[in-house]
Amino acid sequence: MVEQKESPYKKYLRPERLPHIFCPGCGNGTVMSTFFKGLEGTDIDFENIAMVSGIGCSSRIPGYVKCDSLHTTHGRALSFATGLKVGNPDLDVVVFTGDGDCASIGGNHLIHAARRNINLTVICINNNIYGMTGGQISPTSPKGSFGTTAPYGSRDMPFDLAELVSAAGASYVARWTTAHPMQLSKAIQKGLENEGFSFIEVVSQCPTYFGRKNKMKTPLAMHQWIKENSINKRRAEKMEAEELAGKIIVGEFTNNPHDELCANLKKLVEETSGKPLSVKSAFEELD
Amino acid sequence: MVEERFVQGNEACALGAIAANCRFFAGYPITPSTEIAEQMSILLPKYGGSFVQMEDEIASVGAIVGASWSGLKSMTATSGPGISLMQENIGYGFITETPIVIINVQRGSPSTGQPTMSAQADMMQARWGSHGDYEPIALSPSSVQEFFDFTVKAFNLAEEYRVPVVVLADEVVGHMREKLIIPDKVDIVTRTRPELKEGEQYLPFDAPEDGTTPMPAFGDGFNIHVTGLTHDERGYPDTNSPEAHTKLVERLCNKVLKNRENICSVKKELCDDADIVIVSYGSPYRSVGAAIKQAREEGIKVGSLKIDTPWPFPEEEVLKVAETADHIIVPEMNLGQMVHEVERVAGDKAEVHLIGKIGGVLHKPEEILAKIKEING
Repeated sequence: MVEQKESPYKKYLRPERLPHIFCPGCGNGTVMSTFFKGLEGTDIDFENIAMVSGIGCSSRIPGYVKCDSLHTTHGRALSFATGLKVGNPDLDVVVFTGDGDCASIGGNHLIHAARRNINLTVICINNNIYGMTGGQISPTSPKGSFGTTAPYGSRDMPFDLAELVSAAGASYVARWTTAHPMQLSKAIQKGLENEGFSFIEVVSQCPTYFGRKNKMKTPLAMHQWIKENSINKRRAEKMEAEELAGKIIVGEFTNNPHDELCANLKKLVEETSGKPLSVKSAFEELD
Repeated sequence: MVEERFVQGNEACALGAIAANCRFFAGYPITPSTEIAEQMSILLPKYGGSFVQMEDEIASVGAIVGASWSGLKSMTATSGPGISLMQENIGYGFITETPIVIINVQRGSPSTGQPTMSAQADMMQARWGSHGDYEPIALSPSSVQEFFDFTVKAFNLAEEYRVPVVVLADEVVGHMREKLIIPDKVDIVTRTRPELKEGEQYLPFDAPEDGTTPMPAFGDGFNIHVTGLTHDERGYPDTNSPEAHTKLVERLCNKVLKNRENICSVKKELCDDADIVIVSYGSPYRSVGAAIKQAREEGIKVGSLKIDTPWPFPEEEVLKVAETADHIIVPEMNLGQMVHEVERVAGDKAEVHLIGKIGGVLHKPEEILAKIKEING
């Protein structure tokens, strides 16, 4: 008999919500495990975590986690998270999003949240495709890749999300893949610990849609493709642009802690009212 | 101590929000509502609150919904194109039962239209603007004082029924300066915090058929899930069950419709003997009084029914005046929006006449008087 091992992270899940809706071979499970591993590496109390997400497969993750979770509208998770975090800066707010959610419809919110350097940890699961709607190309789909809306191969140029968010002002940015669980959980840990906008891009597999449309039908084939195409940032810096075409550059892109929005707003309250921040909540009576 | 000030309508709105204990504002500049954001950016830090200028109006509503779940009363203000952008997240506010206040200082439209001119052209958008079935609450101020009072009331209704509430002001009310009396004590509704009971399953959306339930804040320890998908009492998605969807959406509608009596507000003047009643809301009401006075001096019996709450539409009150009057005149700054509601409710009891005026300038009393005389023959 094969011994069935229970995940040590099951305690963080809402048992009544299982089984989940993710396809067999989906990368979301790996990302969840690496997230919990990264979290356990920090001093953060799980009870203090609040999750926010938008729309798409990756955005379903908070619904399975036993914490306060806000499953919002497509692309807008970061705007909801901004209000939640500014409203209660004591919460550890984590945003789960995908390439369609945060790079396409939510692209503007992404760069502005990064610009404000608001203390959020954003995990962007980039599977290069719209999974939930059935395999349409996304803003990160490699040029030439196939999707149900790119039957002749994509003619668009993809976004480099890690570079984009770094340029927009985030204080911690890393990109890893589901084939790098150790490095990924370390990056998530650093992101959670960073007092500012942290963006962790995870290149992940969608065997159901990206794989089937692009001659990598099995999760294993997709995994191999991701692994073989990944190049560490340090090595990539010494390579020519042509050599890097179609490659996934992994590593730490930014680690530059600086002024954070909530801290700045707190300072403003102290300066204007002469008092420390004591936000009267909607639960309190007015004097 | 009662305080008197000579202020602009938009400033009065911001003062009302502070009085109502609003401690979070997210917004995007747009004429003619910008002064509300400017005032909130001045006032909020002094009261221990936060102001964030967002990247657009979509994000503004997202942020105030997020802040509301952090436990703060929150608000945004906009106009024209901005309110169009907000519709999606307003719908999210309805399905998640999030108390928020949205100020819409209406301007000439469609599209960019007339940024500095007044209109009442978003009345039906406030009713139907977001996709799906829902019952909104909206208030229309006609003076600087009412802009203050109705903003406070909007927060109270938002908390009481856990809904987004829209204040449908217009450029005239937003930019005019009048005396504002800030009362000694403002009645505000404080949010009820649910109790966390050990060993008992907490159901965040388990509410009576025509009501809502106390709202916790994130971080209170309830570990709740809030989603824009159709959900059950636990807050978990249940999207394929016709019963679950019907139950949820009917409850969301009924909590407003079945409480219409408590929400609706009108001001009735000289209606008892009136043959003609002017049904108005917002700025045009300012011209009604002079028109009635003149008409009465000429022996024509005219009364006024001013609607404070266009949504939910005060059907009973409108029907009541239609039963005694022969004619109803509806002056509004559009080509006919609320007039259809009046017709729906009172069309077979009284003859309904529209004075639709667009272009950005308020009705003059003479224009209303001319219609009265035309009807009187």
